[in-house]
Amino acid sequence: MIARGVRTARALFRLYLANMLEYRAEIYLWVLASVLPLILLGVWAKAAESGAFSLSKVDFIRYFMAVFVVRQFSFIWVIWEFEELVVTGNLSQQLLMPLNPVWRFVASHITERVVRLPLVLGVVGVGFALYPDAFWLPRATQLLAAAGLLGLAFSVRFLLQYMMSMLAFWSERAAAIEELWFVVYLFLSGLIAPLDVYPEPVRRFTELTPFPYLIYYPVNLLLGRGVPLGRALLVLGAWGSVAWVAQRYLWKRGLERYTAMGN
Amino acid sequence: MSAIRVVELSKSYRVAVKEPGFHGALRHLFQRQHREIRAVRGVSFEVAPGEVVGFLGANGAGKTTTLKMLTGLIRPTSGHAFVAGQVPFERKREFLQNITLVMGQKQQLIWDLPAIDSLLVNAAVYDIPAPEAKARIAALAEMLGVDNQLSQPVRKLSLGERMKCELLAALLHQPQILMLDEPTLGLDVNAQDAMRTFLKDYNRRFGATVLLTSHYMADILALCPRVLLIHEGTLIYDGSLTGLVERFAPYRQIRLDFSEPVAREVLERFGEVESLDGLRAVLIVERSRLTEAVARVLAELKPRDLAVSDPPVEQVVGRLFLEGTQFLEGTQFLEGTGEPP
Repeated sequence: MIARGVRTARALFRLYLANMLEYRAEIYLWVLASVLPLILLGVWAKAAESGAFSLSKVDFIRYFMAVFVVRQFSFIWVIWEFEELVVTGNLSQQLLMPLNPVWRFVASHITERVVRLPLVLGVVGVGFALYPDAFWLPRATQLLAAAGLLGLAFSVRFLLQYMMSMLAFWSERAAAIEELWFVVYLFLSGLIAPLDVYPEPVRRFTELTPFPYLIYYPVNLLLGRGVPLGRALLVLGAWGSVAWVAQRYLWKRGLERYTAMGN
Repeated sequence: MSAIRVVELSKSYRVAVKEPGFHGALRHLFQRQHREIRAVRGVSFEVAPGEVVGFLGANGAGKTTTLKMLTGLIRPTSGHAFVAGQVPFERKREFLQNITLVMGQKQQLIWDLPAIDSLLVNAAVYDIPAPEAKARIAALAEMLGVDNQLSQPVRKLSLGERMKCELLAALLHQPQILMLDEPTLGLDVNAQDAMRTFLKDYNRRFGATVLLTSHYMADILALCPRVLLIHEGTLIYDGSLTGLVERFAPYRQIRLDFSEPVAREVLERFGEVESLDGLRAVLIVERSRLTEAVARVLAELKPRDLAVSDPPVEQVVGRLFLEGTQFLEGTQFLEGTGEPP
């Protein structure tokens, strides 16, 4: 069974990597379209010149450069694909095979990151060329720790969104819930501002949610700042477990409602 | 043991009903109304291993819904189905390894990549050893005549080539039970013919059981000695094709030869004119009016020759599809039961 799993994973990886390479132009446009952190970088760097914040101009520039990189590797879109499969009935083709459809989504998300990587590095290079004072290289241990936390954050974020995708069995517009999620994510993850500038009670509240562990803490690891790794593992583990159990339950109930329409 | 055993299988859907216009939308918002659609009603049948069975019925009769239940895609509302000795909706590996469903308008191959890439993933998923997978792909590609198309992106293939590659993907794991929903839909005549020949060969070579729906009578004639006829969710016939014609042809053909030409308007007084070619004509007459029509034709038109026959199978089934409910009014009962279902 393990051998079959490994062989399937390799085959899926090859297939989706080839497919993502076919869509490289579209992926690069996605990368360029997600430069919000770089825009915010300019705004916050200017604001920092007033000296009203605990972070300096260089701190802000490094922060948002790291946010840009982390966001590139934690972006999930499974809910839109899953919704389309259910609404059009194309999920049927995948249900006929002895492989849970989730593995195809996992493969497509991972391979997409591989295709994204060169352009992300290119954009970071341009960023450092524009702000040479902000140049820094994380130590290997920081990089490894950040990659590990980012991997976990990606998995939990994927599970949470996949759980929400199951609502497609009940509603034709399940992806709308992601819009609501995104508003909260925008404010609580550290995407538009470092949590350092938030009032203490708000910061304490966010630490119980999965949001800061998706952006803020992996970014801090890259910047070499202290991160409560134990708590990060605990909170992400708890949210991941809830998402896993809920997803399994909703998948089972959802399949009972599935009508395989469109055939 | 039967390859497929279906007992009193039913499927109902609850659908929202909304009146048109703004008022309808507003009413729907506050007072939601639903209606139950009974897509399949108490269907029972068995299919023996290696048998090829045609599943006939007008659009919306319940054919595809039944196939979806037999392949585990949807859960029956009531009744039981056993396919390859398994309950389909449980979707166990042993079940999925033994079945396939080919839907004419659905595709599993990735659009922008060569079919061979998707096939290699299927080989891994179905746990087919690599050398064995290569041999099977080569053999099936040769049978289907797509040896040179497997390395081209799927989007570059013609519809016929694409359907053949889809079929190859669906059969790579050598399923013992094939369910095909309109497998020749949209194909040109040559491609349809090639598909039929392939399915015949596959059935013979692997002893596979085939359950097939098609709107092309030629598919049914070429492949299916036995047919199931479903109407408004109820199975109303299970038997041979010729038996189907005897039971469901409420009209006869009268073939006429004349010594001199007769106008179409004159012929139309005796029945529906199916064809008129010089001195030859074919009339379609309801079975209940046959004696009267023949007597009148003989008396009034004095034909040189007259013959009465059953319409061809394809015409009967064609009418079943076209006219659906009206055509079947009052004729529903399953062979052997003697009473309405």
